[in-house]
Amino acid sequence: MTIHRYEKIWLTFGIGALIVFLSILGFTAFAEGHTPPGGVLTIDPQLIDTVAPWNAPGVYDRGERVDVYIVGQVFAFNPNRFEVPVGKPVTFHAVTKDVVHSFTIVGTTVNMMLIPGYVNQATYTFKEPGSYLILCNEYCGAGHQVMQAEVIVR
Amino acid sequence: MNARATAVPNTHPPARMHLFVAFLTVLIGALCGLLQAFVRAGWIVLPNWLSYYAVLTVHGVLLALVSTTYFIFAYLLAGNGATLGDLSRGQKRLVVAGFWIMNVGVVLAAAMILSGNASVLYTFYLPLQAHPLFYIGLALFVVGTWAVSAGLLAQYFAWKKAHPNARTPLFAFLSTVTLFLWWIASLGVAATVLFQMIPLSLGWVRGVNVELSRTLFWYFGHPLVYFWLLPTYMVWYVNLPKLIGGKLFSDTLARFAFLLFLVFSFPVGVHHQLTEPGIQDGWKFLHVILTFMVAVPSLMTAFNVFASFELTALEKGQRGPFGWMRSLPWSDVRFLAPFIGMLFFIPGGIGGLINASYQMNAMVHNTLFVVGHFHITVGTPVMLTFFGLSYWLIPHLTGRTLTPWAMRLGLVQTAFWASGMLLMSTAQHALGLMGAPRRTDFTTYQNHPAAERWFDTPIANYATMAIGGALLFVGAMLMIGLAVYLAFFAPKNAANPDTRTAFPLADAADPHPQPAFLENWRLWLTLTAVLIFIAYTIPLIDIASHGAPLVRGLRTW
Repeated sequence: MTIHRYEKIWLTFGIGALIVFLSILGFTAFAEGHTPPGGVLTIDPQLIDTVAPWNAPGVYDRGERVDVYIVGQVFAFNPNRFEVPVGKPVTFHAVTKDVVHSFTIVGTTVNMMLIPGYVNQATYTFKEPGSYLILCNEYCGAGHQVMQAEVIVR
Repeated sequence: MNARATAVPNTHPPARMHLFVAFLTVLIGALCGLLQAFVRAGWIVLPNWLSYYAVLTVHGVLLALVSTTYFIFAYLLAGNGATLGDLSRGQKRLVVAGFWIMNVGVVLAAAMILSGNASVLYTFYLPLQAHPLFYIGLALFVVGTWAVSAGLLAQYFAWKKAHPNARTPLFAFLSTVTLFLWWIASLGVAATVLFQMIPLSLGWVRGVNVELSRTLFWYFGHPLVYFWLLPTYMVWYVNLPKLIGGKLFSDTLARFAFLLFLVFSFPVGVHHQLTEPGIQDGWKFLHVILTFMVAVPSLMTAFNVFASFELTALEKGQRGPFGWMRSLPWSDVRFLAPFIGMLFFIPGGIGGLINASYQMNAMVHNTLFVVGHFHITVGTPVMLTFFGLSYWLIPHLTGRTLTPWAMRLGLVQTAFWASGMLLMSTAQHALGLMGAPRRTDFTTYQNHPAAERWFDTPIANYATMAIGGALLFVGAMLMIGLAVYLAFFAPKNAANPDTRTAFPLADAADPHPQPAFLENWRLWLTLTAVLIFIAYTIPLIDIASHGAPLVRGLRTW
């Protein structure tokens, strides 16, 4: 199998670029901790109303950091309006009581899927105060477009 | 009857039938696309009996899953006929039976969607629970594709047996890789439809493991895009060099690139699941690495196709670094449409790298950015190639001719599609970066300022998307009009009504004998299976061992 010299140059350049891309991704992921949302904690959707902390979703200030527990269901988030401090790492823990939803804060990197049966989580530090729109960006039914909430950053 | 007329292979009737259904589904799917774009811009309000999400489901199912498959089978049937000859009686029976099983499946699924019983979009994620007939329709569709594929694969292996020392024609080789890819990919969706969705919708089981279903779906969902792309590349490799009067730069590298696509298209599905729980970071990252590997055969394809263009120009006496551009037939729609598709594929491929970039995915996941991405991949390189293909394939199949005015109207049609897609996809990419969600009915989120930007930012707004959608709709309607003209009304070849436009098959510029390992299916299928096992065994065991509760199905629309 002969490969033309120009094609060798082209492929070397292409594969080299891939190696650079992947090294940057890998470095920021595993050395700097920029990993996507996730987790393997499970939860029975039917027990969400009865077990802690899901029976009392909301903001829990732990001093150095903040935990926010969110319950998604057709077609709303609970809580649907809450406040978090600026400049402190906020970890969002989110579950769904019914179908697949997402928990997405527009203008941030918080964008995660809520899969029935699992807990998902993502951490973000707000740098600017203001009102941020939270929405569901995974189709969940007839009222998907009204599924929204708001986080006030102070 | 002259000799050429009798040489029409018996793959032509089924190829014509597939092409007919392909255009019929494009008609309905394009109409739905127009409605969606106008609804999201707030220009129209759908009547009460018509849900936005039913329209969206029709659009996705018909254009992404159904029309593509019928186009591909029409093309593979015609090309296998041109290179391997007739199907045997048994093979033909399989193909025709498969075609009708697919049709029954599509009618069932479409009836359920249109009656509002299956507004689950074309990803039909559990635990959304549609009517059982929707899933049964899907299952029949897949079974139908298996029968058509089996007919064509049997034809290839029979030909191989009858010609033990002959080199397989390039078309038939590439077609065989494509069909293997489809077979292996469809096992994933078949598993979740047959063992999770149908039992759930019939009430045989009380709950399902959602994450398992999603993983099976995306095991299928990503190679599916290669099932659309490989036939597109076949047009670029096998037909385009001939249509421009040249040769394919390298036959061997075309075959090798296809085998790499086969191997690397499977162990990558988790890059669609980067923002969900249930799969550990290390496995997500492995799928990201393997996703990027597909760039290698993609770059090989780009090189081979453009080298073929340049080679042709050099043989026609063009010189200089850009001289090759002068000799290309820009006013020939059969060349121009796929060529514009290739140009769209450059940002399309780059966008794909962005989407699959692990943590960066969270910036764009499920936003309109992704919608923009697949409209400039499957929606343009693939669709424009299938459209460009139709301008010669329909005459080839019907014995009619592409008249000069049809050619000119075809150029107009291509211009509508390309400009519409440029506007729509630019707006979608920009809106996605501003956070606008995909697959969502009209909403201003109670006039939240973050959402108002999607309506009033210059260019990057829903109105631009709708204007693009309108241009695309005109392009689609012109295409269907031209397809009907070419199929039923265009003049037959005046000199000899029995001759046909040939199926354009390019010779290769590399006459070297091809290494035998390229056609060693045991080797390539084993390699594919090994990578699938490496990429999926532990994630699937993990999902099973998490013991996530089974979830009941819900109808939320």
